[in-house]
Amino acid sequence: MAKMIPMKERGKRTPRHMPEQDVHKRIHNFNEVSLGYTKEDAIYEAQRCLQCRSPTCMDGCPADINIPEFIKKIVEENFTGSYFEILKTNNLPAIAGRVCPQEEQCSKACVWNKANKAIHIGRLERFVADWARDNKIHLERVGIEKKNKKIAIVGSGPAGLTCSADLVKIGYDVTLFEALQKPGGVLVYGIPEFRLPKAIVEYEIGEIKRLGVTIETDFIVGLTKSVDELAEEFDAIFLANGAGAPRFLHLPGENLNDVYSANEFLTRSNLMKAYAFPKYDTPIKVGKKVAVIGGGNVAMDSARTALRLGTEEVHLVYRRTSKEAPARKEELTHAEEEGIIFDFLTLPLKILGNEQGDINGMECIKMRLGEPDESGRRRPIYIDGTNFILQVDLVIVAIGTAANPIVARSATGVKTNKWGYFITDENTCSTTRKGIFAGGDIVRGAATVISAVGDGKRAAKAINNFLQ
Amino acid sequence: MSKIIRVEKWHDVIYSMWIKALQISMKVQPGQFVILMIDEKGERIPLTVADYHREEGWVQVVFQTVGTSTMKLAQMSIGDEFFSFIGPLGKPSEIKKYGTVITIGGGTGIACIHPITRALKEVGNKVIAIIGARTKELIIMEEEMKEASTELHITTDDGSYMRKGFVTEVLKEVLQGEKNVRKVWAIGPAIMMKATCAVAKPFGIDVIVSLNAIMVDGTGMCGSCRVTVGGQTKYTCVDGPEFNGHLVEWREFMNRLTRYTELEKLSSKMYKKKCQRK
Repeated sequence: MAKMIPMKERGKRTPRHMPEQDVHKRIHNFNEVSLGYTKEDAIYEAQRCLQCRSPTCMDGCPADINIPEFIKKIVEENFTGSYFEILKTNNLPAIAGRVCPQEEQCSKACVWNKANKAIHIGRLERFVADWARDNKIHLERVGIEKKNKKIAIVGSGPAGLTCSADLVKIGYDVTLFEALQKPGGVLVYGIPEFRLPKAIVEYEIGEIKRLGVTIETDFIVGLTKSVDELAEEFDAIFLANGAGAPRFLHLPGENLNDVYSANEFLTRSNLMKAYAFPKYDTPIKVGKKVAVIGGGNVAMDSARTALRLGTEEVHLVYRRTSKEAPARKEELTHAEEEGIIFDFLTLPLKILGNEQGDINGMECIKMRLGEPDESGRRRPIYIDGTNFILQVDLVIVAIGTAANPIVARSATGVKTNKWGYFITDENTCSTTRKGIFAGGDIVRGAATVISAVGDGKRAAKAINNFLQ
Repeated sequence: MSKIIRVEKWHDVIYSMWIKALQISMKVQPGQFVILMIDEKGERIPLTVADYHREEGWVQVVFQTVGTSTMKLAQMSIGDEFFSFIGPLGKPSEIKKYGTVITIGGGTGIACIHPITRALKEVGNKVIAIIGARTKELIIMEEEMKEASTELHITTDDGSYMRKGFVTEVLKEVLQGEKNVRKVWAIGPAIMMKATCAVAKPFGIDVIVSLNAIMVDGTGMCGSCRVTVGGQTKYTCVDGPEFNGHLVEWREFMNRLTRYTELEKLSSKMYKKKCQRK
């Protein structure tokens, strides 16, 4: 059995690299890029943890995971114990371990970060969750006292799943409503297989179902039933329907045939499995030269999906530089390794097409960075006379999402702000209507999986307090 | 789960299906649609509701086999369940008392115009219905349309049944005769809807069209079904499917309908081959 190692030894070690699929191979398949730690890797990395008395890493975790404790159990090779430690507060560990921006959260707050040697907490979390799945370790819940109160959760993305699990664990009767044919929200339709395998999402949702959550797919709250109707049947409601509507730039030519929103492109590929067309019936266009507009994770996902579908040349068109790009560093690195061409400091002006609606180019202009704007990022400014035409035949717009009004329209007394997002109390997630709570992207605007998890947890606590 | 309770083959390529879907049948209004998936590998297929029965809990859809998905759909029979069946989607038709209105259905669009025609008559409108198809066998729901409307006109392109010609020719005559027509609804092939608008425009009458744009989720999430209406981008699934036809950018709409034509051909070719092997 592995042991804690002396402090001096911990300092000497460098962070353990996580193996990845070879770049030349992976651009031709949809298999996961990161391959995960082996048991030896995990123990080696876990042994580096200083087991701080007052750990700072936990401050950086919206899911409140007892990080030093689960890491300690890895060192002790008590992986089951480690898994259960994580599950106390996070019900989606294999997912969070993969898609959380740890470098901005727990690992950023790790004391080793000052020496650029932060513990790879996410990789360890992922290892433990994967190990538990491979070894069929399940959390069994016995002797929970039923509270005989019914809660409706609207939307089965990370916020809804987390809130459901937390509430069912303390005895509530929870029904989770999902508009699409599969639960998971953005985890299923948005994040590609090569970053988050759908079998893993299915598995973790299955575990939440095992805890007793009822999942109703094909149920569009707002259309199949209104929030007002649900309010009659349920004691409390959590609205976590996400920021599902695509945003466009309103450029001339944006409705040409092969201009996709990232939502459409990724939904076709991920949810409908169009990458396996014609084995699956949903088609997707494969451009010869593709431009993806945007600099976030969704833009990277779109670009890398286009590449894997067989596109010869993929350009990422972003008006600032890599430094300002909101995408995770890891995603930028992966995209660059895979041969995505970064056209930074470039702003699209117009998409050009023929009479039949086919795209035959995109007019762009070069930018430079000026003073910082209200977001703190340096504002891009046109450089006159630098217009040029990027030769592309397919364009994907990945500049963020907006609120979909369907749910809000059916919820009397639940106020939204000018962007259509629900107005909530930051601490309790309660909306302007008693008994109705909201969280995740439909409150924050497009944010991260883990912030949605955090909202789900906060809402569960607030709902429990409300129903006491 | 939504189960097929009745299927009828009305023609070589036209089928009608009645599906048990309690919640949807309770909620659906004229003009709305459903999206169904045949199996896990299937497409999400949007279909406008042709009829519904709240007490018996079913909805009816009518479809024409054009590609892989509709060919697969035609293979389904009584008792089969859909992998996914959602609705009601889109905004309902604006049903109220206008006075005299005209409803036009072309091809399988006849099925879509049916519940709208009935509802308009029920609230006290004089409803002049005009239905048309290429040939006699493709005229569907004649009896139902007769009952749903105040007055029914039928055309066939080849003259094999009733009047030879297009629905637009009848429309023009009716508009010349009837002075008080307040509104026209037209559902059918894009070219027919566009032509209807062209005929009604000189009379200063609005034409409501129902657009069958290409969709994925059908709930406003993907933007696949976007269409320019009055200079603004709208989503057919949540802002429509009905729009003022005079404001629709028809060229763009028709272009976007062809986005997957090549891939659909490939898919149906493979599907047909697979069927032959069986």
